Amino acid sequence: MFYREAGDFKTSYVADSQTFPIKFDRFRYYAVLLVAFAIVPFVINDYWVNAVFLPFLIYSIAAIGLNILVGYCGQVSLGTGGFMAVGAYACYKLMTGFPEVSIFFHVIISGGITAGVCVLFGLPSLRIKGFYLAVATLAAQFFLVWLFNRVGWFYNYSASGQINAPERTVLGVPITGAETAPWAAYLFCLVFTVVCALVARNLTRGMQGRQWMAIRDMDIAAEIIGVNPLKAKLSAFAVSGFFVGIAGALFFAVYLGAVEVGEVFGINKSFLVLFMVIIGGLGSIFGSFAGAAFLVLLPVLLKNVLVGGLGWPTDLAAHFEFIIVGGLIVIFLVAEPHGLAQLWRVAKEKLRLWPFPH
Amino acid sequence: MKQRLLTAIAAVAMVASPALAELTIVDTSYRTGPYAANGIPFSDGYQDYFTLLNERDGGIGGEKINLIECETGYNTEKGVECYEATKGEGALVYQPLSTGITYQLIPKATADGIPLHTMGYGRTSAKAGEVFKWVFNYPANYWDGASLAITHLAEQNEGDLSGKKVALVYHNSAYGKEPIRTLEKLAEKHGYELMLLPVDHPGQEQKSQWLQVRQQRPDYVIMWGWGVMNQVAIQEAVNIRFPMENFIGIWWSGSENDVKSAGAGADGYKALTFHNLGSDYPVYDDIQQYVVDTGNAAGAGDQIGSVLYNRGMYAAMLAAEAIKTAQEMHGTAAINAAQMRDGMENLEMTEEKMAALGLPNFGPEFKVSCENHGGNGFGAVSQWNAEAGAFDLITEYYQSDQEVIQPLVEEDSAAFAEENGIEPGC
Repeated sequence: MFYREAGDFKTSYVADSQTFPIKFDRFRYYAVLLVAFAIVPFVINDYWVNAVFLPFLIYSIAAIGLNILVGYCGQVSLGTGGFMAVGAYACYKLMTGFPEVSIFFHVIISGGITAGVCVLFGLPSLRIKGFYLAVATLAAQFFLVWLFNRVGWFYNYSASGQINAPERTVLGVPITGAETAPWAAYLFCLVFTVVCALVARNLTRGMQGRQWMAIRDMDIAAEIIGVNPLKAKLSAFAVSGFFVGIAGALFFAVYLGAVEVGEVFGINKSFLVLFMVIIGGLGSIFGSFAGAAFLVLLPVLLKNVLVGGLGWPTDLAAHFEFIIVGGLIVIFLVAEPHGLAQLWRVAKEKLRLWPFPH
Repeated sequence: MKQRLLTAIAAVAMVASPALAELTIVDTSYRTGPYAANGIPFSDGYQDYFTLLNERDGGIGGEKINLIECETGYNTEKGVECYEATKGEGALVYQPLSTGITYQLIPKATADGIPLHTMGYGRTSAKAGEVFKWVFNYPANYWDGASLAITHLAEQNEGDLSGKKVALVYHNSAYGKEPIRTLEKLAEKHGYELMLLPVDHPGQEQKSQWLQVRQQRPDYVIMWGWGVMNQVAIQEAVNIRFPMENFIGIWWSGSENDVKSAGAGADGYKALTFHNLGSDYPVYDDIQQYVVDTGNAAGAGDQIGSVLYNRGMYAAMLAAEAIKTAQEMHGTAAINAAQMRDGMENLEMTEEKMAALGLPNFGPEFKVSCENHGGNGFGAVSQWNAEAGAFDLITEYYQSDQEVIQPLVEEDSAAFAEENGIEPGC
């Protein structure tokens, strides 16, 4: 009914391998992009940017990054928080070291630096996998946080050990610092999110993505059919680190503006992003967005409804938030272990056949 | 379903839309998370005092106080969300009660023109009002605390600390690192040896730090802790039989929560404070009559008179006095955030004022000015009496070593001004 494939015939390989093969889907995504780029920046205010859009966009990038590693290549990682910290501190050192360069390039270079660090910590993945690898990356998490807390060079020897984002601009428009307009911060992150999603989508459906998935599904079989596990695994770590680093840089520079590494990039952050990936759907770009939206927006919505709408005491509401979000996670995973993305896929299938399901 | 969704969206929009009326005060509290035990009494005291003013006096200058509570969980991201959600409602002042959140809010609040009052915490160099125009940290700050502790130790040693070893056990975050530079400067001046022992968040794991204390035997231990870290540290000190009277905590490490769990062993533990303790003040009779008996007490109502309850009430009292000052200055009862800033900058706390409020001898006298947003750095030392179950003041209020602190404040604030392109001036 809503999803028609009749009349949507493909006559070439190029047409058949489109990102959105169904016409209705394609136009819906274009419409979302149009709204995001052309309408939202004009109506947005400080609250919506800082409480809703920035965390959603930035966590989406982090979730895409982790999804490439865990969802597409099957390498379990608990080091996301530490790798985000690498992106943040790289961005800070670049911002203070080269103040005249546009922040845009700093963010990209931070991603590159994180990719390098991530590959380094990915090396054990050649010998170990599964839970053992998870523990190895957990070590990365603790080591990196300790390093940034311990070595003064990373925080420019500031008395408090915090890093603060000074004002930096793109084309004369401030993107970091207190004078940033809401629309500027929003658009800056949106551009990164959209580009990251596009790049990730194209990587995962190409040869590289097939190699990752072959490794994930059965590494020995993949090796026999000619996939080089060394290249496949390390490239997954590199690409994942690149995205996670960008997310960390944006998180520090654009969203928070000042960061204390132990609190902001602690083990909780690793778990949060991993939950986003699991709830959104392993091995799905759309799932990364859905998971980020679920875990970022739901608590804010619940808080506003319970405290702002119903007038509950704040501590009671905060405890209920934990219960509701936790309960929903359990329900989702029981009802649909493949996450929100699979739920969405099934809904689409049903809609295509509706009203004749059999 | 659709209806409910719309209601939810409307609720979100309601919170985000500005509604200017009354005197709006935001209490960014934390009643959940690892620091809740300390967040609850502070928030109760903060709220109860404003409730008292509303119930007894009908607000301040005839304007009712509209108190909004927002739960941060001591988490920076939630703190930012709270700030953004409430600033549109005409909030007059923020009291984040977290060094991490304070660092986030300093640039944001400065850009938005909303004053921050970080009483006894936050960025110490915010004392320099010509750089930090919207940030206040009176009546005392961390560097004052570090100096007060060293002065107290020096007094016990007839003014001579040379050859002594002082250990600093601190929360390994911006909060705990604040006093290090001051203690190093003071070490040059007094000739003691400083030993640094960082403890990672949240602070349950301190075995190795106290092993070091046992091995290297410092003469004194100073502590910069908060929440569960305090309890663990005091228990560990009791376990290794460290003499408690040589163990001094900053004011955030000196509440009943921190010492009670260690039992009789904690007797003699010292902590700094910048306000008086106990509930033996006329204002508590009013709180009983107008707040507790009318059923308006915040939280469970069981914290009244505890150290952190007193501190929350003191913070609310200082905010209320600043509002009164602003109302007098601008001749209007319904002040805005910019006028509130003027009120805070011209605040003067005298003994007569505090006695009239029912809080005689409750805190040190001080005067805020454009150059000095941090008060005069007066504080006192309190000591835990395990048998009576209370902290008692054991010294008068005395001043920190301004000779050492003032140059540090100037240096740090000048660095901040240069980094952020601020033109200092009054």
